[in-house]
Amino acid sequence: MSDSPDNPSASEPDAGGSGPTQRTATIDRPEGGSAGPSRVRQLLATVTQSLTPMVLAVIAGGILLALMGRDPIEFYGTVVDRAIFSESGRQETIIRMAPLLLIAAGLIVAFRANIWNLGMDGQFLLAVAFTAGVAPMLMPTLPRWLVLTLVLMLGGIIGAAWTVIPALMKAYYGLNEIITTLMMTFIGVNVANVLVKGPFYEEDPGRAFPATPVIEVADRLPRLFDTSIHIGILIGLIGILVVHYLMTRTSIGLRLNILGASPRAAHHAGLGVAKLTLLTFLVSGFLIGLGGSVELLGVQGYMRADWDPALGLLVVPLVFLAKMNGWASIAFVALFAVLANGGELATRDAGLPNDFILFIVALILIFMTVTDYLAVRRGGKGNPWIARFLASVGLRREGRDAE
Amino acid sequence: MTYQNPAQTGTEGQFEPSERTPVVELQGITKRFPGVLANDDIHLAVEPGEVLCLLGENGAGKSTLMSILSGMQSPDEGAIYVNGEQTVIADPRQALDLGIGMVYQHSTLVPTLSVIENLMLGASEKLILDASEARERLEQLAGMLGAEVDPHARAGDLALGQQQVVEIIKALWKGTTVLILDEPTSMLTPRGIDELAKMIDSLKEHGLAVIFITHKLHEALRMGDGVCVLRQGRVAGRLSADDLRSLDNDQLQERIVSLMFGDESGELAGVAELSAEVRHESGHDPSAAGSGRRQHAETATALRIRGVSLAPVASSHGLHDIDLELYQGEILGVAGVDGNGQRELAEVIAGQRDADTGAIVLHDGATEREVTGLGISSRQRLGLRYLTDERHGEGTVRTMPIGLNLLLKRIGQEPFWKRGAVQNAAIRSYTESVIEAFDVRAPGPDTPIGKLSGGNMQKVLLARELAFEPRVVVYNKPTYGLDVRTTQAVRLRIREQAERGVAALVMSTSLDELLEISDRIAVMSRGRVVGVVENGPGAEERIGEYMVGEVAA
Amino acid sequence: MLSEQLLTALIFGGLAAGMPLVLAGLGELVSQRAGVLNIGVEGMMIMGAYGGFVATLATGSAGMGFLAGGLMGAAVSLIMVVLCVRMGLDQIVVGIAITLGAEGLTSLLHAVQFSDTYPRIGRTIVLSIPWLSDLPVVGRALFGHHPIVYLTLLAAIFGTWALQRTRTGLAIRAVGERPEAVDAAGVSVVSTRTLAAMTAGVGGGLGGAFLAIVNAGNFIPFMTGGRGFIAIVLAMLARGRPLWVVVGAFLYGLSVSLATALQLVGVPIRTEVVFSIPFALVLIMLVLFGRNAYLPSALALPYHRGER
Repeated sequence: MSDSPDNPSASEPDAGGSGPTQRTATIDRPEGGSAGPSRVRQLLATVTQSLTPMVLAVIAGGILLALMGRDPIEFYGTVVDRAIFSESGRQETIIRMAPLLLIAAGLIVAFRANIWNLGMDGQFLLAVAFTAGVAPMLMPTLPRWLVLTLVLMLGGIIGAAWTVIPALMKAYYGLNEIITTLMMTFIGVNVANVLVKGPFYEEDPGRAFPATPVIEVADRLPRLFDTSIHIGILIGLIGILVVHYLMTRTSIGLRLNILGASPRAAHHAGLGVAKLTLLTFLVSGFLIGLGGSVELLGVQGYMRADWDPALGLLVVPLVFLAKMNGWASIAFVALFAVLANGGELATRDAGLPNDFILFIVALILIFMTVTDYLAVRRGGKGNPWIARFLASVGLRREGRDAE
Repeated sequence: MTYQNPAQTGTEGQFEPSERTPVVELQGITKRFPGVLANDDIHLAVEPGEVLCLLGENGAGKSTLMSILSGMQSPDEGAIYVNGEQTVIADPRQALDLGIGMVYQHSTLVPTLSVIENLMLGASEKLILDASEARERLEQLAGMLGAEVDPHARAGDLALGQQQVVEIIKALWKGTTVLILDEPTSMLTPRGIDELAKMIDSLKEHGLAVIFITHKLHEALRMGDGVCVLRQGRVAGRLSADDLRSLDNDQLQERIVSLMFGDESGELAGVAELSAEVRHESGHDPSAAGSGRRQHAETATALRIRGVSLAPVASSHGLHDIDLELYQGEILGVAGVDGNGQRELAEVIAGQRDADTGAIVLHDGATEREVTGLGISSRQRLGLRYLTDERHGEGTVRTMPIGLNLLLKRIGQEPFWKRGAVQNAAIRSYTESVIEAFDVRAPGPDTPIGKLSGGNMQKVLLARELAFEPRVVVYNKPTYGLDVRTTQAVRLRIREQAERGVAALVMSTSLDELLEISDRIAVMSRGRVVGVVENGPGAEERIGEYMVGEVAA
Repeated sequence: MLSEQLLTALIFGGLAAGMPLVLAGLGELVSQRAGVLNIGVEGMMIMGAYGGFVATLATGSAGMGFLAGGLMGAAVSLIMVVLCVRMGLDQIVVGIAITLGAEGLTSLLHAVQFSDTYPRIGRTIVLSIPWLSDLPVVGRALFGHHPIVYLTLLAAIFGTWALQRTRTGLAIRAVGERPEAVDAAGVSVVSTRTLAAMTAGVGGGLGGAFLAIVNAGNFIPFMTGGRGFIAIVLAMLARGRPLWVVVGAFLYGLSVSLATALQLVGVPIRTEVVFSIPFALVLIMLVLFGRNAYLPSALALPYHRGER
């Protein structure tokens, strides 16, 4: 690295890593001296910058719908109508947020440490399977609150356990975790199915598919007030906010941030990279597994074979857009839950598979990286039209640095 | 495919010296980076058979200027003439086609490829590689340089001197008429530097023009027919061949130093790089090393390294049975060409990696404490500190503020953290005090450290390692790549700490530096300490002999 | 139990099941050597499968299907080229996006076009190599496949040679290790990586097309089922040598083929276990050989001139 003052890369991610967290590696701290109005403007710019990819993705998705002969206005109208404006739809949206928040929390922990835990679906589904299998066994003998607590913990532990192999291989062999966690996901999904069809299977002539025993509605997670919303949403909110506090205000969070920003610096400073890597994986897996348990105990009540919501990758763009910030993640998860909940009904109405949401998520990811790139370039070279467009909606560099 | 060597036309003497067109001429080159004027209206010309030295301290704009000439950057203003014709050099390929070959400061060989493959990269006109033809060309060029190279060796396995020969051959490959060497001596032994000088002479005889970039004054005087001094992006002055002949060394030194530093030159006396000759004795500058030197026999041991070994691997010589003793208040230099085990030794001492065998013992008066089995942070707490030579990748987290980088090795400790919760006020006031004490030029304590210049970053790292009662400090290339002012400041710090009784182990590839500050100098070669020399008259010659293995270890 | 017929079916099935991985793995290998980690190969495969299926259905020619599949993969890799190679964006994020987007898109298109009819394509033509295909057991198993099988094997051999002995191959090997050296030598980093990334797209697309046209005979959403990721691992474990990709892919094919054969002869294995075998196998291979898995030092790192 040359020490000439002309280092054009100073504002760009460290060349030593390809990971997700360089852009957010500074520990969050309030700016002492800045005046009120500019703070508001910066916040506004940040919000606009973060929302743009989602808006663009929704527009592009609408174009695709039009190409397939569907009316996009009607489609998105249905989405909003069902997910926000109907009482039951609104509750359903909130219910959907619970597992997504916990997955987001798990991803924030991993991504901040620059660990690409992409094995979320395996961790999630195995936790679901164990929860569905073990809870009915314990219910008759133990009080409900104890069973629920134990089984929630079990789900977390299973999720954590499923990260151990990739974690050890990353920590001690230096083997890239992207591949190993993906492999573990494929295996985990299959193992979950074997469990459902084998040890946790319950014969039920009333069902056309193999499944675990059904947990009585009364034995599931308690509801809030008079709604159908279960306390999982509280677990999710607490989970992600605790993670946010840990990551931004404590020494352990700082260690993970350093590991993410520069593993070599972490080693140099004596942070114990291998142990830190293990810890990161375990916590990440625990939160994701907890998400699986919450989903089963709150909503599903049993697991049926071949059920796989595959939520994991869908959450990835959300935490990126939120810049690994817990509060912002809650907002993005809420937005996404609207899209997913309303979208499910809208696609059904339109005679399309629910996989439309995959396409939207992919577009969000791509628009996200592109707008970020353009914001960094500050409208240097490149397409001046796009640059001007971005400048006009307030995507200036300051917005990025305000974080 | 035929390889033409236009350089050979020069030897036939078609041109009279007076009517020679410069091979390369730069007119009014200006290059700006955000916030910096890297090159400001630079005029420069070099003729066939001439060695032009571009002299200036780090950051003076030498490398930027040459990267413009080699097509890596484009100038904002100004014109480039090659053989009298104005040209635009848009990319490296075009520079090569114009006969401009560059040897970069950092290796541009692909370590996993063989020598011949490295040479054919980008040079083959045909789709299917013709190795035999390339070998012929290699032999031809190696002959011209008076060097021998194994075409099938993996580039990564070659010694650094050999790698540089390959780099030069690569730069000459396409019939180069002007060769640019960017700080080519930084990786060489004194013997290697002699050989490089011979090669340059031979290229001169073949009519090539050579631009030699350096920040060391004595090198410029030795290698150059003419010297062009850069300062803060501008040409500060030139010395013609006549000037070099007519002035004596002291006059030259005074003149060049004042060109390089202007009004500040008076404050920088005694910095080794600014001497016209390599220093042979410490008495040369009584204010520097001489006064700080101690009689180590009379003082207590601070650190003892016994039989430390590390198995060699593909990329490293390992360490072999290292025994060293370091006394309180002593500065022990470690000389050697880069990559001979200095980094490994530093890391083993600091706990960055574990030695296979051997012991590292920290002494404090009568008490001994073996630290061999301890982790990095325990050693840090015991006062064993390590200043890494990799400020960017290893030493700092560039996106994090100065304060957190200062406390990188004390995370979670009071008063900066209380029960795990960060105490921003405490960190801030501590950071401000360090910025003040170490004269760090930064916008504020919250500035990400990656935005600081290399010199200021190094000051932060020094502050980190020297805080909270250091006892033994391992400095790995402490002034590498720094400007002269910061270099001087860093060396002063090292001496000042030594005077307080802190023992220092200073690894450096700059012999000048070690001769300036050390009490004793150990020489490392291929993972061994081949000798330890008392600094003083004649030390440099003995070190050079140890480096090439002429003295039995 | 191991009748001659079963053995023939086993080898034949292994070869056929391994082919999509050979194709995708070879492309991925070239891409990895050039420093482009193409995580989106799964998406390129599913797009290739879809394109190949539609074209074969429309033209009745498997050859046209393969052409379409390859082109489809190349088109998708163009996204990777523009975003990652040219603009230097995060290769992993873009790769995930490509996979998700391609899965979503093909599922939608399939639903719109075929959800009522579920068409199939007939048996593809087979090039039986005279004389050799009459050999007992291995004859039909090895020498009775679609011509693209033999073309692919030839391509692997050619690729090995080309990586070693051509200017382009040399540039590809160098650019994954030290792009700045390639740049300084006057070779374009961007063009070299573009070529390599496109190769991966074509390979993935062809692999997907083979899956749809030859193996399955129809298109089902998500039919690639993680094969793209296995191809990535194969390329990593092959340490840059194309022939090892071929060997690894056929080992994979054989394991799948063997499990199916065992099920057929009545050994009780759950389908889920069969599905897990390849991934578990790859994981075990990674555990055993992962330390030696060769990854170019500039893998997944964008190159910007002048940065070090």
